[in-house]
Amino acid sequence: MPGLKELSKRKELLSSGHRMCPGCAAPVIIRQVLLSTTTNVVVGNATGCLEVSTSIFPYTSWRCSWIHNAFENAASTVSGVETAYRALKKRGRLDADYRFIAVAGDGGTYDIGLQALSGALERGHKMLYICYDNEAYMNTGIQRSSSTPLGAHTTTTPAGKVIPGKREFAKDLTGIVAAHNIPYLAQASPSHWRDLTNKVAKALEADGPSFLNIISPCPPGWRYPQHLTIKMARLAVETCFWPLYEVENGVWKINHMPKEKKPLDEWTKQQGRFSHLYEPKNKHILEKTQAEVDRRWEELQRRAS
Amino acid sequence: MAKTLGLTGNEAVAYAIMQINPDVMAAYPITPQTALVQKFADFLADGDVDTEMILVESEHSAMSATVGASAAGARAMTATAANGLALMWEIVYIAASNRLPIVMPVINRALSAPINILCDHSDTMGCRDTGWIQIYSENAQEAYENTIQAVRIAEHPDVLLPAMVTQDGFIISHGMEDVTILEKEQVQKFVGEYKPHYPLLDPEHPVSYGPIDFHDFYFEHKKPQVDAMENAKQVILDVGREFSKLSGREYGFFDAYRMEDAEIVAIMMSSTAGTTRPVVDELRRQGIKAGLLKLRVFRPFPAEEIVAALQGKKAVAILDRAISFGAQGGALFSEVCSALYNAGQRIPVINFLYGLGGRPAEIENIQEVYQKLQRIVQTGKVDNLINYLNLRE
Repeated sequence: MPGLKELSKRKELLSSGHRMCPGCAAPVIIRQVLLSTTTNVVVGNATGCLEVSTSIFPYTSWRCSWIHNAFENAASTVSGVETAYRALKKRGRLDADYRFIAVAGDGGTYDIGLQALSGALERGHKMLYICYDNEAYMNTGIQRSSSTPLGAHTTTTPAGKVIPGKREFAKDLTGIVAAHNIPYLAQASPSHWRDLTNKVAKALEADGPSFLNIISPCPPGWRYPQHLTIKMARLAVETCFWPLYEVENGVWKINHMPKEKKPLDEWTKQQGRFSHLYEPKNKHILEKTQAEVDRRWEELQRRAS
Repeated sequence: MAKTLGLTGNEAVAYAIMQINPDVMAAYPITPQTALVQKFADFLADGDVDTEMILVESEHSAMSATVGASAAGARAMTATAANGLALMWEIVYIAASNRLPIVMPVINRALSAPINILCDHSDTMGCRDTGWIQIYSENAQEAYENTIQAVRIAEHPDVLLPAMVTQDGFIISHGMEDVTILEKEQVQKFVGEYKPHYPLLDPEHPVSYGPIDFHDFYFEHKKPQVDAMENAKQVILDVGREFSKLSGREYGFFDAYRMEDAEIVAIMMSSTAGTTRPVVDELRRQGIKAGLLKLRVFRPFPAEEIVAALQGKKAVAILDRAISFGAQGGALFSEVCSALYNAGQRIPVINFLYGLGGRPAEIENIQEVYQKLQRIVQTGKVDNLINYLNLRE
């Protein structure tokens, strides 16, 4: 992939002036993704923060063709777009080359959109599906999703006197996608832009469906100062909470081995959503989370060895 | 040259879709629509059609993929029934609101619960306010010909609305009839090449579909849908006239059977009209001036035309094959009453709810309808506004 200098010269397909929150990682991610494309693209967007903040009629932030259908069907909608493309190409009614990108948050992917995603992956549509994972339903006001980490305070799993936040671990969505045996999938982080843009390029060239799960820190949802977004993403990688890895034609590979695996505490202590876990009575939850991060990291290393 | 084949309603519509040869067809199996998609899959497997088919994992995805394909610039179709239509309801509304001219055969079937695979109209009546054109077919021949016409109606620049073409589950979908099939070339010529408006796949003109739209514009985006539905009326008549040159059959908003001098009239949709015609004929032999108005187009609702057809009638029965719980009778009844009231017509009307979950509507049940109408004419009184036909009390 080209370097930053070259990328910075490319035309931005997501224009400035959108209304995402200051410090939000999602537009950073989308810009990194779209700068990695070299053909025409159609973006299909699930309902969510990115969709509502970039398409307030009569404005649009999208310089490429873009379609929002509903919340749970970004994958099936883009399935239709991609199939139409093949049909029109076959019938000689379209010359231009296109790539197709579906974008959804964790709510639209881990939860309500999981069936549509699974169906599209199984059918083999040549599309890249991107989950920008901010670990809760941020658009509707920070409700828990199946990506929300254990112990996190959300508005539907509030840290109360009796219940200390969310009571379950997050679902391993990337693992679920891997079980579909698609040609290419990966986890990425906007803190590691070169890794991310390389993965997008690989994913778009894959002969079939591809998937990227990208950690997307959220200042109001995670409760940290806006200027720390990229640091939050980097710490998620360096604590191995969010390892950077890829599965290419069934081969698992870790793309970034932290020189020194940092304690999860370095990440959690900077986020207000975990602050109640620092009360003595809740310490065991942090320990449990660290143990689960360790277990998943060990498992990933086994798979990638 | 046209040829006559023994076909079920499902097969007849599969023939229509094969001859239309849409760019994209998405489908998910549900009884009693399955045989339609299977027959189409046979055509595809044998190379009779080169549509790209998406065999999705749910009806929700069937409609979602059809919306994606249509927005991309393809002529796109899907087909469903009952719970399948209910599952795709969210996107059915979105398809119409995005002004995507999708054509969808629906094989009418009762909604759960209790689960039931047989015919009634609760599925399509349930989405009568979604902004889709609704065309009801009496038999396999009509289902075939309505499907072809629906493409032209939906895609007309004055319309740009999706259209569902229905037929009665099992009664028509699985009943074999003689169906006259046009040549594929005739159908191809009739539907013409699809020229999409604002496709996603246009490198020079990227577009945004489905933005967020608040109090300042949403309402203005709804009114043109109303206007398009109004425009559809003329287009439906024009397309019907043009098609009749191919088929020799007339297609308007409804079929007025022995209506001219009729005094008592039954209004209904779909296959029950086929049962009603011989009843009307028998009554006529007895000197009773009975008529039948079989409605073909429920959306847009041809209110003025129905009022004109009912001018001077002495009593009218409206048959609904779906219940609108808590309403003043069935949906068709409410529409007809509203049309009559607004036209200042005070004709005695009664409603019959019938045929739920596949309950048969036999000759004797239809005779009962006309007997009730005769009594109303004799007594000048409507005893029961809402009646249940062939229901055990």
